[in-house]
Amino acid sequence: MKLRLRIWKQPDRDAEGRFEAYEVVDVTPDMSFLEMLDDLNEGLITAARDPVAFDHDCREGICGACSLVINGIPHGPQQATTTCQLYMREFADGDEIWIEPWRVGAFPVLRDLVVDRSALDRIMQAGGFISAHTGAAPDGNTLPVPKDDADQAFAAAACIGCGACAAACPNASASLFVAAKIVHLGLLPQGRPERDARVRTMLAQMDAEGFGYCSNHRECEAVCPKVIGIDRIARMNRDLYLSLLRR
Amino acid sequence: MTIELHAGEPTGALENRWTRHRFDMGLVNPANRRKYTLIVVGTGLAGGSAAASLGELGYHVKSFCFQDSPRRAHSIAAQGGINAAKNYQNDGDSIWRLFYDTIKGGDFRSRESNVYRLAEISGNIIDQAVAQGVPFAREYGGLLANRSFGGAQVSRTFYARGQTGQQLLLGAYQALNRQIAAGTVEMHPRTEMLDLILVDGRARGIVTRNLVDGRIEAHTADCVVLCTGGYGNAYYLSTNAKGCNASAVWRAHRHGALFANPCFTQIHPTCIPQSGTYQSKLTLMSESLRNDGRVWAPLQAEDSQRNPAELAESQRDYFLERRYPAFGNLVPRDIASRAAKEACDEGRGVGPEVNGRRLGVYLDFSEAIGQQGEAAIRERYGNLFEMYERITGENPYDTPMRIYPAIHYTMGGLWVDYDLMTTIDGLFAAGECNYSDHGANRLGASALMQGLADGYFILPCSVGNYLARHEPEHLTAEHPALRDAVSAVRSRITRLLNAPDARHSPEYFHRLLGHILWDHCGMSRDPEGLKQALQQLPALRERFWREVRVTGGGEEFNQTLERAGRVADFLELGELMCVDALERNESCGSHARTDHLTEDGEVRRDDDNYSYVAAWEYGGADGAPRLHKEQLHFEFVHPSVRSYK
Repeated sequence: MKLRLRIWKQPDRDAEGRFEAYEVVDVTPDMSFLEMLDDLNEGLITAARDPVAFDHDCREGICGACSLVINGIPHGPQQATTTCQLYMREFADGDEIWIEPWRVGAFPVLRDLVVDRSALDRIMQAGGFISAHTGAAPDGNTLPVPKDDADQAFAAAACIGCGACAAACPNASASLFVAAKIVHLGLLPQGRPERDARVRTMLAQMDAEGFGYCSNHRECEAVCPKVIGIDRIARMNRDLYLSLLRR
Repeated sequence: MTIELHAGEPTGALENRWTRHRFDMGLVNPANRRKYTLIVVGTGLAGGSAAASLGELGYHVKSFCFQDSPRRAHSIAAQGGINAAKNYQNDGDSIWRLFYDTIKGGDFRSRESNVYRLAEISGNIIDQAVAQGVPFAREYGGLLANRSFGGAQVSRTFYARGQTGQQLLLGAYQALNRQIAAGTVEMHPRTEMLDLILVDGRARGIVTRNLVDGRIEAHTADCVVLCTGGYGNAYYLSTNAKGCNASAVWRAHRHGALFANPCFTQIHPTCIPQSGTYQSKLTLMSESLRNDGRVWAPLQAEDSQRNPAELAESQRDYFLERRYPAFGNLVPRDIASRAAKEACDEGRGVGPEVNGRRLGVYLDFSEAIGQQGEAAIRERYGNLFEMYERITGENPYDTPMRIYPAIHYTMGGLWVDYDLMTTIDGLFAAGECNYSDHGANRLGASALMQGLADGYFILPCSVGNYLARHEPEHLTAEHPALRDAVSAVRSRITRLLNAPDARHSPEYFHRLLGHILWDHCGMSRDPEGLKQALQQLPALRERFWREVRVTGGGEEFNQTLERAGRVADFLELGELMCVDALERNESCGSHARTDHLTEDGEVRRDDDNYSYVAAWEYGGADGAPRLHKEQLHFEFVHPSVRSYK
């Protein structure tokens, strides 16, 4: 099939960006979205034109590097799917596709479709861990964990840190990202000693990075490639209020 | 130049070696540790856990990764699980059995002391991960669950659904974050190592390129640790992430670090087959799928295009169960892979035709779904089934999956001694980028174990031991070694940007390299093909430097330039892989030489002549690499002929 692309081009962080138009031909349904962009870039490089920069790495939906807003939706039209796992069979011949970077103040554009998501790392550094010194651990079976808790912790821990939740949120909030970690660690007995401090420090860092607050638009869970729901945010808020009471 | 390879293994009873060695090691006074600076390159399981643990000890650690966050290293994509000799299932497992299985799985081409230590440490890794909050699968009673995996007859694999690598990496990443917050680790994301700095023969730093603005910088330290992963992307199509590359280890190799067993590259049997020529990577399906899936191909070539549902049992060939009745679908990866290749070479392959061939066999879950119910299968493999459906558009609950082998892991890597130090003083290599523990073939669920054993438990001891023998020493930016290294990196970039007859993208050359390696140094190898590859590769390399087109400049965000540098290194490494494969006149593990197979197609080892580690010394840009041999001695196990019949 033949497609018309409108892609955001921006030389660096401080430059003005704008949409540029491209055409791709010979796109097949079994191509991934990123392979379609590879194909475009290969043509551009061969013609000595500037290729389109975009983040990607594992191309199997787990590393969280890919980050495109496709026709207005982070990670594109297919639910529960990262951009790298989106296939061209979701599009039709003659389609026009608009491709933009994540639009979040806390994620400055570095070039074209590439943004700086180090704000998410700094939130994690503010408390998204269990302080377990290497070598100090008791036998793994010392503390039984109810299967249901372990399963729920796993489901929250499946977050890949792509930032689509913030990109979709009208408030540019990273609440779903933070909540996923709060719930993952808080559900496990190993994570309880630092539970109260963790929710406070991580949310304070989220605030400091310039992300907004959650006001229940639920856009985040609609685009989350790992289908993490906003009940995690409710649980995080509960943890926050309890931690303030216990302070 | 003669290089003596001293593995530095302790002697005496195998089970006491690591304990004794730790006692013999030097220690650095806790108050002095912050005076030492260490560089750790890579933030996968080995690099992340090493940087976190060394930071915790009090050293000043500088950690580097080319990804935008340390959480994205390719360890994240490991699916199946991690082995540990806990014997929680009371099924006869022990440290000794895990050691023996690993040595045997590696076809007796690894060091006993190293492998025993790996098995010994395996249990501590699980404990550490649980303490960090890694949400492993659990039984209803709340205890840890296990499964049997990839050829093991005991259930010793711990897992977190099909995302074990992700969860273990996030554990290490979180430990790393804690140290970044504590100020012991200085993190440099989107920063790629482009060269190693040597001062008086010691590794003292690295030259990096900031991938955002192109800034070239020298970073100095008291020692350097490489945890930069494998070189599977030399084949272009592999299950590795697109960014995985061998540049760090190849730069170290050019400076004198010997490269061991480069031809030992593992093919993974259960990957999604290629669907077209535009394909950018191959996707692995965890081989835990083989626990419940049955592998088959149509018995007759003329049935290969028919709907699998129409083929009766008698028209199907369950070739693994037929050829290896004891292990069936759970035979090791290399055996399963070659059997699938043979079925396809006989014209019995299924799926779409790419370049005139159908490369795929079925992995069928209908029996398991019938016996255990769809819910049980969904619980175990739900995310893998979803991934398969998303990529192929086919629902594996209804129709059998199609699978074909792909390059997945590289056992070869920088030669290291028992302390994980390369032949360059002060340069350590850990995780997939060293060659140490897997011999000629790695068992499933052992890569995560090795990466974390190296990072959490071995490097913190051996790096300390090294530093205890050296005073902390500061290098000024004016040191000639730094200036020379930086200017060499700059001139290489200039050369990449200004090829005289620029016309093709770096990808174009990478694909050509991949074809040559896959055809001649892939699942099976023969001397004629390897000699042919060794004719083609220097010509391709020469063409690359003449015709590569890199758009943009060096001092900006430039992904084409990044790729060009990596492809240039893969082109050189690919040659060494073929040289090694040609030199090793035997078949063992993953290295299947068609002139050294038994009559029924099994690998035939030659212990009399090839029971050694082939460690290659760089021979200069156009010189021949020089071979050094580390003889392997088996005191505790007897190299047996591997049989999975």
